[in-house]
Amino acid sequence: MTVTQAQRPGGATRIGRILLQNSSIVMLVILVFASAMLSDAFLSRGNLFNLLRQLTPLLLISIGMLLVINTGGIDLSVGAVAAAGGLAVALLLPSMPFDGWFAVAAGTCAILIFGGLLGAFNGALIAWFQLAPFVVTLAMMTIARGMTYMMSNGQPVRLPYESRASEILDSFGSAGMPGLMLPWPVVLSIVVIAFFWFVMHRTVFGRMVIATGSNETAVRLAGIAHRRYIFAVYVICGALSALAGVVVTSRTGVGTPITGVGFELDAIAACVIGGARLSGGKGTVVNTVIGVLVLGLIGNIMNLMSVPSYPQQIIKGLIIIAAVMLQRFGRDSR
Amino acid sequence: MANSLEMVSISKHFGGIRALENVGFAAHGGEVHALLGENGAGKSTLMRVLSGDHQPDTGEVILDGERLVLSNPRVARDHGIAVIYQEFALCDHMSVAENIFIDDLAFGRRFIDWKALRSRAAELVASLGLADLDVTRPVSDLSVAEQQIVEICKALRRESRVIVFDEPSAVLTERETQQLFRLIRRLRDEGVCVIYISHRLEEVFAICDRATIMKDGRRVDTVRIADIDQTRLVEMMVGRELAHVFPPRHATIGAPVLEVANLRLPRLVEDVSFTVRAGEVLGFYGLIGAGRTEVMRAVFGADRMAGGEVRLKGRAIANRSPGEGVSNGIGMVPEDRKGQGVLLDLSIATNIMLRRRNDTTRAGGVLNLGAETEQVNRMIRALRIKTPGGAPAVSTLSGGNQQKVALAKWMATELEVLILDEPTRGVDVGAKSEIYQIVNDVAERGLAVIVISSDLPELIGIADRIAVMRAGAITGELGGDEMNEEALIALAMGVKQ
Repeated sequence: MTVTQAQRPGGATRIGRILLQNSSIVMLVILVFASAMLSDAFLSRGNLFNLLRQLTPLLLISIGMLLVINTGGIDLSVGAVAAAGGLAVALLLPSMPFDGWFAVAAGTCAILIFGGLLGAFNGALIAWFQLAPFVVTLAMMTIARGMTYMMSNGQPVRLPYESRASEILDSFGSAGMPGLMLPWPVVLSIVVIAFFWFVMHRTVFGRMVIATGSNETAVRLAGIAHRRYIFAVYVICGALSALAGVVVTSRTGVGTPITGVGFELDAIAACVIGGARLSGGKGTVVNTVIGVLVLGLIGNIMNLMSVPSYPQQIIKGLIIIAAVMLQRFGRDSR
Repeated sequence: MANSLEMVSISKHFGGIRALENVGFAAHGGEVHALLGENGAGKSTLMRVLSGDHQPDTGEVILDGERLVLSNPRVARDHGIAVIYQEFALCDHMSVAENIFIDDLAFGRRFIDWKALRSRAAELVASLGLADLDVTRPVSDLSVAEQQIVEICKALRRESRVIVFDEPSAVLTERETQQLFRLIRRLRDEGVCVIYISHRLEEVFAICDRATIMKDGRRVDTVRIADIDQTRLVEMMVGRELAHVFPPRHATIGAPVLEVANLRLPRLVEDVSFTVRAGEVLGFYGLIGAGRTEVMRAVFGADRMAGGEVRLKGRAIANRSPGEGVSNGIGMVPEDRKGQGVLLDLSIATNIMLRRRNDTTRAGGVLNLGAETEQVNRMIRALRIKTPGGAPAVSTLSGGNQQKVALAKWMATELEVLILDEPTRGVDVGAKSEIYQIVNDVAERGLAVIVISSDLPELIGIADRIAVMRAGAITGELGGDEMNEEALIALAMGVKQ
């Protein structure tokens, strides 16, 4: 009996191959079309802007997560760190000796540093003590969540009334850029996306992050100090997560200890839908943005069609599986 | 530029195992110096010391009269020492250009200039006469030979005083090898000190000026290639006493059990055919990479065949998974004991009972612990596993006893064929002869046994016949009195006699 190699799935035509290899974009386009057909409200500017505004925190976190995943790691603490950041900003603003723009800027910087420090704790343990990222960041998830309860006594914290800084933050969350009326969070997203696209594509840092995840031994044998890159991605991820928390607080006007529950899973899902490999070395900023949009669109269209929230979760899970299966075929068809 | 490299009395131990003992040799710029020896002679370890990846226990490296402390790969690189490893150190998902310049992507500037990176990589590749290699392709898309070229480019992109090629031609075609040789000669003429590790003696005679021969972690001699012939080199590499005790054999050889015809595997194996009979021990010899393990994995069902036929007692079978292999009566003890052979952190009992028979379970898969303990203890006694019982983790055992646990798992299974891949690697002499005894017993029970080994005296001692593989094909099959070391090594290395 002669055995021949199994036929690879989906290897038929060139166009089919190209579509499969860019399955996340294809999926996004299909979802946009489907959404536009299913609901008249979908394509309205109000709905789209609102959707993008809501997606900003997840997007910030997903980009941080992408960097971590690119090194072959994982960060489960992002949601809890976001909650801590969102709460801290609400607590910090009234206690600052100054008000207005300067207070917002200084407060945001402080929150970025705060998130970065939490990330640095993760990163140091993972890079130099060589503990498993899953365990370290799982512990940090509990620690950061515990911090939020301590900071707030378990109660939501309002942004201070009658404060110029609160007004600025509030209008960041709700208003848009003059002229285009592009919501400010979306402007922030675009800036962050562009920045990290540049970092990953044009800087040595970005390529070393990828290289470390692709083959740590090769990087070490090339005489490169790879641990500092591993450390750095957790710092960045922590800072971006805390920033995401600030964005949430700006939109809702309150910091709560239950912000960002489950964000870590959404962020990982976004990276994976965008084609990132959990073992590292593969995954781009643009594709991760697409992953975030796919996730967001799924939720948005189901809301517009009044699908109740419990079945929504099941449908979301199934669509994630479908996305990953499409990628598998895309990989095999090369 | 005349460089000189000297390695002086290098010793290196890993745990209790001596990898290098007092090894020294000198090579100079403008020569190609071969490093020869069998698998496990210590060549690669010596080169890892040179590259800063391993720190020697004692000894020193002197380059151009300067004593170097090679504490990590970066220090070695900065001193102009480049090693092209046999197992490539490449980042799969990144482009050729990025891999070549991996340690200096921005050329010392702040941002990466992709155009410059690509054009400099393309220039480098073209200077090796390989203009057709697209530097933007990801390394994972390249053939093994092309990956080798990327490794070489990595070494050449900076001024190197010493370049080590570790088995560079193992994956190259004849034409590519000639290209490589032209390159090596050019480097030599530029005054680079080239160290060339290879198992292919004809290549050593074609390209090398001198050779240092190693055996069992020691240096045997350094010779001028012009003053020596292939036979003498082989003798120097082999020359060792027979340290093993081989138990007498009593098995009667019966009808063919496993017949493999024209087996092919993608890129690795071409047209391999062999037969094993009941009660027979068939040895497989060859150098690392010859394709022995791959053939056996395909027969067992761990890998897919690209073509060919496998017959078990006359019946055609095609194992698409190890599970099918086992239900067809084939068992395999893999080469990588700790990675694939045993569950290191789990108990001896769990490991032995991994392939569980019905008589140790009750209805619904509930364990019958009494029957299990009895069976485990019987196995421990039968195979003389040195342990007080089944409870300790396998990791607490010596290598030899770990291997016996891996074997024990198959003893309770109905098998026709048992494949052992390097069963005594990393096993002390005492446990070795116990494993030989187990092999004998298994053959006496009427099983067909296949043993892959790189240890020639061992193979000659336990096998009835030995098939030799080289570069994915069987180059010869010797039995009885024809089985001698010189003849087998000659077949494995492709030496014409």
